[in-house]
Amino acid sequence: MSTEKSYRRIVDRTAAAWLFLSPSLAAIAVFFVVPVLSALVMSFTDFDIYALGDLSVVRFIGFENYRRIFELPIFWSALRNTFYFVLVGGPLSVAVSLGTALMVNAKLTRFKPLFRTIFFLPVVTSLVAVAVVWRYLYHPAHGILNYLLSFAGIAPIDWLGNPAIAMPAIIVLAVWKGFGYNMLIFIAGLQNIPDELYEAAHMDGANAWRQFVDITLPMLTPTSVFVVMITIIGYFQLFAEPYVMTQGGPLNSTMSIVLLMYEQGFRWWNMGFAAAIAFVLFVVILIFTLLQMALQRRMQ
Amino acid sequence: MLFASGCQSVREQRTTISFWGMGTEGERVKVLIPEFERTHPNIHVVVQQIPWTAAHEKLLTAYAGESTPDVCQLGNTWLPEFTMLKALEPLEPFLRQSSLVTLNDFFDGVLKTNIIDSTLYGIPWYVDTRVLFYRRDLLQAAGWSQPPKTWAEMMRLCASMKEQAKARGIKCYPLFLPTNEWVPAIALGMQAGGELLRQNKTLGNFSGPNFRKAFTLMADIYRNDYSPSGMQLIINLYNSFSDGLVAMYITGPWNIGEFSQRIAPDVRDKWMTAPLPSMDSTWPGASLPLGTSLVIFRQSRHKKEAAQLIEFLASREQSLAFYKITGNLPPRKSAWTDTSLANNRYIQAFYQQLQRLTPLPQVPEWEQIVIKLQLYVEHIATNTMTVDEALRRFDSDTDRMLEKRRWLVETGKIR
Amino acid sequence: MKRLRPSSILLHAGLIVVALVTMTPVLWMLSASFMAPGEASSFPPPFIPGRFTLEHYRALADRLQMGRYFINSMIVAGAVTIISLFFNSMAGYAFAKFRFKGRDSMFRFLLSGMVVPAQVTMLPLFLLLKTFGFVNTYMGAIIPGLASIFGIFLIRQFAGSIPDSFIEAAQIDGASEFKIYRSIILPLCRPILYTLALFTFMGTWNDFMWPLIIMTDDSRYTLPVALANLMGEHALDLELMMAGSVITILPVMILFLVFQRHYVRGIMVGKSNALSQVGPLCADE
Repeated sequence: MSTEKSYRRIVDRTAAAWLFLSPSLAAIAVFFVVPVLSALVMSFTDFDIYALGDLSVVRFIGFENYRRIFELPIFWSALRNTFYFVLVGGPLSVAVSLGTALMVNAKLTRFKPLFRTIFFLPVVTSLVAVAVVWRYLYHPAHGILNYLLSFAGIAPIDWLGNPAIAMPAIIVLAVWKGFGYNMLIFIAGLQNIPDELYEAAHMDGANAWRQFVDITLPMLTPTSVFVVMITIIGYFQLFAEPYVMTQGGPLNSTMSIVLLMYEQGFRWWNMGFAAAIAFVLFVVILIFTLLQMALQRRMQ
Repeated sequence: MLFASGCQSVREQRTTISFWGMGTEGERVKVLIPEFERTHPNIHVVVQQIPWTAAHEKLLTAYAGESTPDVCQLGNTWLPEFTMLKALEPLEPFLRQSSLVTLNDFFDGVLKTNIIDSTLYGIPWYVDTRVLFYRRDLLQAAGWSQPPKTWAEMMRLCASMKEQAKARGIKCYPLFLPTNEWVPAIALGMQAGGELLRQNKTLGNFSGPNFRKAFTLMADIYRNDYSPSGMQLIINLYNSFSDGLVAMYITGPWNIGEFSQRIAPDVRDKWMTAPLPSMDSTWPGASLPLGTSLVIFRQSRHKKEAAQLIEFLASREQSLAFYKITGNLPPRKSAWTDTSLANNRYIQAFYQQLQRLTPLPQVPEWEQIVIKLQLYVEHIATNTMTVDEALRRFDSDTDRMLEKRRWLVETGKIR
Repeated sequence: MKRLRPSSILLHAGLIVVALVTMTPVLWMLSASFMAPGEASSFPPPFIPGRFTLEHYRALADRLQMGRYFINSMIVAGAVTIISLFFNSMAGYAFAKFRFKGRDSMFRFLLSGMVVPAQVTMLPLFLLLKTFGFVNTYMGAIIPGLASIFGIFLIRQFAGSIPDSFIEAAQIDGASEFKIYRSIILPLCRPILYTLALFTFMGTWNDFMWPLIIMTDDSRYTLPVALANLMGEHALDLELMMAGSVITILPVMILFLVFQRHYVRGIMVGKSNALSQVGPLCADE
């Protein structure tokens, strides 16, 4: 590692280092590592409502929970919905972030800080609070969205009541809420691209589009990798949006893996089963992350 | 109890008790509290509202975190679960000498759901059961001056209405049987003899003869297109009921208010309610004791005061007051002589129905089981499964959900 | 002034459209919170209150205890921010500027933890806190946020850019380790501390699922949980809900607008710095 050289001159301060680390590491160990490991253990038990009353009735059941997950029709719909959300919402969110970052960062743009601030504002809002407004924007009878669409001659749409449209509606909300964050990261990435590259391309007569494809995109790759990774991990954990907007409905069309886990775990107290669901999600995310890394390595 | 001690320093002698109410009831019950505090100057009641959608997890986490309220409103189907957790206090000792609460004044079927292993854990607060809402004019047009009293009559009525509609070239669903509700299916099963679980309620008995009769009837209803088989076909029930697309619907007391307000003005006096038809000749057919009860949590430190609040809310007078502000039906027979109920023609059907209630199986898994049932109702409605297959699968799902209970019963850990 | 070119007009038109779409929900929320009951749900939807009223804010304050929820949110978000900033900055500094056995492998182990969804820990964490008696306490809401791997990561990347000579000079002067941390590292890390503070405060303030689970008594609810509760009960009192939303959103928004310069700088520096490290770290494995 390149930073290794710089340490050489520093005296060994192991004891002090551990002192500085100990509060954080202790907290992480007790409130993160231990729960993760116990969740793993729990996922092999039938910890349920009976166990809540009397711990002695917990049994080890091996992989039974995992087997049952895959037999559960609602798990497959939750998985399908979550993938839908990740694969449609994720790219859309990244694309909007990149697009707005390019616009804000363009040389011609004036009032850059103003636009940047406006685009970032939804990020700082509480989802529950904006859900109140969005539920109303989506209202089939007197929502603003249908009102605006009526000018285009489009009949009222039951955004959150129609199983085919509820998930896209959730995606629009999620993109609106989150694109500002990735936009900032993209702007940081854009500003790290040396101007000389564009000047040289300009001399070679490359137009704006060619400059974008030949310079901006390749130079932005590390940023994009980071953004896509963060977005995918976040999007797989879809919970609050359907919880407050649709409760997983209509007809389970917005039921996500985490929402399913929450219902199994805390509504029905099937904690062992819910823990197994959480680990299945963990494996799914892990596979996606590893796939992405492999893809990235191949591209390099 | 930081909270309570804070209050006590202000009014030294008052005991503060907490009461959790669900949904709108939690909001509206607040109106009744001042009267209670006036007649019980030594008690202060803090009402907390819990949304129905989060109620179950809220109660379980509160139990786990040992922060349950003193008094709570509990859905009748949840009682077995919280009793199993030993979370509830037996109520009989507190109410034995009560002049306000006399147990034999409650509708029998409702009271029974509150008695588990011959111990009383809840006092009914309001009752909810399902009856038939129907369009009088449409039934008359089909030649029926009375609503159907048996399954056979019901099917004949549906057939003739369907035929008439066909002749006139209009769409009609005589009986709306939603695929996402478990109550009608279970009520029909109860009418056919019940015993939906077997072997000390440790195995599903849905493929047994009783429930099979009920499920076959439902399959017939869907397959003859008497009821829409998908939820998308009825977007707004009140509109569909107004324009005659739907002529009959099995639903609960809250819809009396909704129907009165939301149905088109020209059909406003053309609908009526009736008790459910029965499988055989013993009309009315059984319906289910739903609704909620008032319970005291075992962890409560003010059980005596908590019991006083329950006694107050369950009194004839207050259950009537509660009916007037919420439309929730009083569980006490004596309350039904009051003019506010006696003069409401839509409510009489509920009174008759409340005499014929069959308690649900008292197992903690019940709610999960019936949620599963909806899936199979959907399957037979859309004809993606035969009745045989649906019931066989439902039984095996139920067996699996009851596996833990079976093990506990077999090893003698519970009765 | 530059000459307006068509591409410039197009660009700014695009920006304005996106800005409008972004702001509409928030602005409408604000506007509707001042409308008389029932006005917001008339058709066509009004954008400006016909009669300006503060009654919903008054109702929230008097009848619905919003003040209490606000204080709860402040306590939880404030405590998490202060304590976690302290914990994370120490750990991040240690990872950046100390050499000790197992440092890199431990750091990598922590990083891999970022892939674990928070929900995995929730069930056992609840049971764990229950045995500590922390269910329905502020402690229960605060504890899970105390140490964040992401926070440690950000600080480590930033502290790495502090020249070693600063630390060495202080060592020669005989400064204690804690003094170096407090009077050299912390001041130099200020930009990233701002960013992390705001980030943590925002995240905790807006967090919904954990306080929903851990707080059972409504006198302990945080604003988002109280709002969700309100939503279940007063879904029809639209204007009241809007006022509740405004109260929930406003504090963080003001905080962000006040500190945004620091925040944005921190994100830019922190991230672009972090980015150069993520690649190699991942590739190492």
